[in-house]
Amino acid sequence: MNAFDYAAPRSVDEAISLLDAENGDVGILAGGTDLIAQLKEGGRKIDLLLDLKRIPEATALTFDEAGLHIGAATSCAQIYTFDVVQSLYPALVDCTSLIGSIQIQNRGSMGGNFCNASPAADTPPSVIVQGGACRIVGPNGAREVVAEDFFVGPGQSALQPGELLIAIRIPPPVANSGAFFLRFIPRNEMDIAVANAAASVVLDADKTTILSARIAIGAVAPTPLLVADAGAALAGKAVDDEDALEAACAASRAAANPISDMRGTIEQRVHLSGVLTGRAIRGAIQRAKES
Amino acid sequence: MATKTEDYLGITDYKVIGTRPIRHDGVDKVVGRAKYGADIDMAGMLHGAVARSPHAHARIKSLDTRKAEALPGVKAVIAVADLPLQEDKIEELGEGAANLQHLRANVLADGKVLYHGHAIAAVAATDVHTAQEAVDLIEIEYEVLQPVLTVREAMQADAPLLLEDLTTQSLGEDSEKKSNVCTHFRHELGDIEKGFAEADLVIEREFFTATVHQGYIEPQNATALWGADGQITVWCSTQGAFDVRAQTAQILEVPVSQVKVVPMEIGGGFGGKIRIYLEPLAAILSKKTGRPVKMVMSRTEVLQATGPTAGSVIRCKMGVDKAGNLIAAQADMRYESGSFPGSWAAPGAMCIFAPYNIPHVLIDGYEVLVNKPWTMAYRAPGATNAAFASETLIDELCEQLGVDPLAFRLKNSAKEGTRRADGPVYPRIGHEQCVETARDSEHYATQFNGKNRGRGVASGFWFNVGLKSSAAASVNPDGTVSLVEGSTDIGGTRTSIAMQLAEVLGIGAEEVKPQVVDTDSVGETDVTGGSRTTFATGWAAYQCALDIKAQMIERAAKLWEIAVDDVVFEDGYFSSSDASKTISFKELAGRLDETGGPLMGRATVNPPGVGGAFAVMIADVEVDTDTGKVEILRVSMIQDAGKAIHPSYVEGQMQGGTAQGIGWALNEEYAYNADGLLTNASLLDYRMPTCLDLPMIETHIVEVPNPGHPYGVRGVGEVPIVPPVAAVANAIYDAIGVRLTILPMSPGEILKALWTKNGTT
Amino acid sequence: MPGKVHVTTTINGESVEFLCEPRQTILEVLRDQLDLTGTKEGCSNGNCGACSILVNGGVIDACLMMAVEAEGEELTTIEGVASAEGLHPLQQKFLEHAALQCGICTPGFIVAAKALLDNEPTPSEERIRLYLAGNLCRCTGYDKIVRAVQDAASAMAE
Repeated sequence: MNAFDYAAPRSVDEAISLLDAENGDVGILAGGTDLIAQLKEGGRKIDLLLDLKRIPEATALTFDEAGLHIGAATSCAQIYTFDVVQSLYPALVDCTSLIGSIQIQNRGSMGGNFCNASPAADTPPSVIVQGGACRIVGPNGAREVVAEDFFVGPGQSALQPGELLIAIRIPPPVANSGAFFLRFIPRNEMDIAVANAAASVVLDADKTTILSARIAIGAVAPTPLLVADAGAALAGKAVDDEDALEAACAASRAAANPISDMRGTIEQRVHLSGVLTGRAIRGAIQRAKES
Repeated sequence: MATKTEDYLGITDYKVIGTRPIRHDGVDKVVGRAKYGADIDMAGMLHGAVARSPHAHARIKSLDTRKAEALPGVKAVIAVADLPLQEDKIEELGEGAANLQHLRANVLADGKVLYHGHAIAAVAATDVHTAQEAVDLIEIEYEVLQPVLTVREAMQADAPLLLEDLTTQSLGEDSEKKSNVCTHFRHELGDIEKGFAEADLVIEREFFTATVHQGYIEPQNATALWGADGQITVWCSTQGAFDVRAQTAQILEVPVSQVKVVPMEIGGGFGGKIRIYLEPLAAILSKKTGRPVKMVMSRTEVLQATGPTAGSVIRCKMGVDKAGNLIAAQADMRYESGSFPGSWAAPGAMCIFAPYNIPHVLIDGYEVLVNKPWTMAYRAPGATNAAFASETLIDELCEQLGVDPLAFRLKNSAKEGTRRADGPVYPRIGHEQCVETARDSEHYATQFNGKNRGRGVASGFWFNVGLKSSAAASVNPDGTVSLVEGSTDIGGTRTSIAMQLAEVLGIGAEEVKPQVVDTDSVGETDVTGGSRTTFATGWAAYQCALDIKAQMIERAAKLWEIAVDDVVFEDGYFSSSDASKTISFKELAGRLDETGGPLMGRATVNPPGVGGAFAVMIADVEVDTDTGKVEILRVSMIQDAGKAIHPSYVEGQMQGGTAQGIGWALNEEYAYNADGLLTNASLLDYRMPTCLDLPMIETHIVEVPNPGHPYGVRGVGEVPIVPPVAAVANAIYDAIGVRLTILPMSPGEILKALWTKNGTT
Repeated sequence: MPGKVHVTTTINGESVEFLCEPRQTILEVLRDQLDLTGTKEGCSNGNCGACSILVNGGVIDACLMMAVEAEGEELTTIEGVASAEGLHPLQQKFLEHAALQCGICTPGFIVAAKALLDNEPTPSEERIRLYLAGNLCRCTGYDKIVRAVQDAASAMAE
């Protein structure tokens, strides 16, 4: 690891001033579970390590009428042990509680998972299907980007030079809705997704018809994908309409555009996109019924 | 040793052996006080790092270390020219012999790099970060060559040659033909053509197994101090301190007496910590700087550049008659040596049909160079690959014959007097007893049904080794015994060795104080490997105890002023025919000063009576046919230990081998890209089982005493890794009806096999 | 060359100050500067758990935490698990169950299991396996480790 400086700013403004180009390449430290690994083995070199964890907004985890506010540096374990998340956002429990290990979950943050922008990241699909957005701060003030637009390519996000992801916001769940996330890995823990999928559904009052649905898949394209066709295939259909379900799975398979690497082949990933989409939808419907 | 009288004593009422005392080094290991190699710190110590090849196969055109040397904090930089030249000479170096020129060229590349991660130069600096920065400043120009990554490519007539002077040793003779094939050997028994002609059912298949790593959690490390007096001390993590001494002395061209190796606690080995990598580098860097130098590998370096075990291609053919008798078996076994000649097809060939009595056998073995790291032993090296082929083929034969796979194994089992294809005739062995124990187990008796669920069984064999061991012990005035031995303790062997001494002397295991010491402090002792430690070093401790016992009897005789022959020792008490004369071991120990002074025992052994070990596994699995994932739901390992000295640590070996075998079966593999670069050199993507991937591992210890050991001990460490891959493969077939012939049986491979079976993609 | 940073932290209940480079991990400082070598390095990338320590009671991989981040935190390492009264029940049960072979992963397992039992005194086998999935052991097949943790939980409940 090359030598670098360290700063732990106490405010957003202070952090933004430190992100100035004069400070060279700045590594943003939240949980560090990706960044530190990259500094050690990935050949990433930085001039300044900027620790977000002393900034109140970056570590806040709150819920109000606007929804859930997840500070970018909040750890996965803080998220999944938050009672509001457990009761209202189970799909966030799904994704945050399976990243890495307990050790990783106690450090790794959702903000870091987003900014690392791995196509296989586990938290974006859940946030995308629940209509989440990324709050970005920078020298020109704050802006919001819907979660599905935050990802530009492998390792690339919508963040511009000098900008910082400070929080992720997710609106409150509407009545009769449910969301679910799962992934496929060869082991049972400690693995990177070969493919993953999240689904959210809103049902009618008697919980027999799907009013709307959102499906997102990961590890099967350069970025996590919102599969609009999959959601459309379900809208207006009965919760037990197997043809609609298969149409949604087919839409995910069609949207998948994966690569072959040591974690999986193109054929396997396309196939899994369909399998996981089906399982995610069933899980989401079940949760909506129980809501 | 056909004329040798049995060494087995036939004791039936052990006091210490068979109990489960807490291991002597246990407390230090649970409180974090035990010192492993990477825990060393010394005044003035420098830190080393290694420059490694980013290519799989290339010629080094130029090497410029000037920028690295100029970096503040850098004290020395070395390359292959700093290593003395070596003769073209084969030396026995632990588990397998090696050519010294190859060992040298593996320590630091000599003109050519042969695998991704091959060491090229080394640096010593004031801290690890500076050393690593210096490595990045070393400028190396390469002429990149075409990599050779599979046995098939390597054996083609026009394949690029890795070692340009290597000629094939064919059937014991130098063929003088330049090739990537190091060795071709053959074992023949009976008449293979006649055998297949007599068979009513013959099945032939080809099997592929991936390169896998031992996966010990502690990376290789070495610290060296080359003193001003020329004495070299090496502290390291090794399975064999004397083997490190021999190799290091050879590579540095100094007498062995000039090197002292201090074995630190070792964080796992499984065969992978026998060959030297860092030791000579740390020594030369120390010589150049006059300071101790510590080197610790990263996990990436461990995976890229230590010795994983051989991947292989095995074509196997077996024939049975209608009555279910195995008539003929043939195997063509091609193992990847990696970048330098290896020897893992040879033990594979000894094991492939070893559990069975087969009249007609033909085995051809090949050791083949490929652009991967130089392979090393891994727990019963070669045998797991072999059993994958033979034991899944037997499952298929059983299915077609409609017979129970355990009944078939029992009917065809090797037994005392059976001749193995590679020559030896078995003494008393325990394969039949293992199969019977499996058959009669609650596990096998319990039905296991359900959609996509299946059960598989498989047998395995490992021959085990003996080799040299030494022990010395002194009797303390309080009646305890301090024992020194040279076998590094990877799984509780301090205790299993001490127990064999305690049994003779009638004292408790906790009354022995065992210590593993350096190469200047005990007689020569070979590696903790080959499942030999409890067998051979335990035997040395037993002999050492006999020596102490004889001397103690002399002391008692002296004390009582009677003849030595009049003293008997039983149950920890010395006595004579005169009933008033009796004294405990402890009391007599307190009276050594008045009977002649301190008392020490010693022994060295090189025991020939190695007892081969068999194991049988039962595996229950469930397969998710949508994803191809296999869940291991229940497993039992049944193994003949001869005599379990410390049953907990025998079970531990059985469980650990089972877990490694399951990892090998399902997920572990070296993933190379087309350029020969290792793409999964991390414990994230080299997927060893986590505790969530495994159930409890049930164990059944079978005890068929080894006639070649006083207590009947057989080696237990290796054989449990042999059956699992085949047992899991057979279970997968039972669950979903597809036969996997490729390892690992990863979700992707299982999906592919299902798609092929169903005619879909 | 960036300067060193002064860090004040608490380790095993004692106030500790050290100087470190920003590029040093807490694992490096614990092992190389503070002589707390019971915390082991197995992969240096958060994939094996050998370097597990507690930070404010939560288990983390020390290889993935920078030393500068320890400022103001409370750390517990394996050296802080036993007390003057004797071994922690987990340590005692690891010995009794022969739950270690080579011992290199043992400190990490004991620290991680302590975090589990501190928060969940009666975990199921499944929960123990999930919680310890970040700690790799290559020797034992985990059977005796899981049993030792179960038995320690029982002993602590008495």
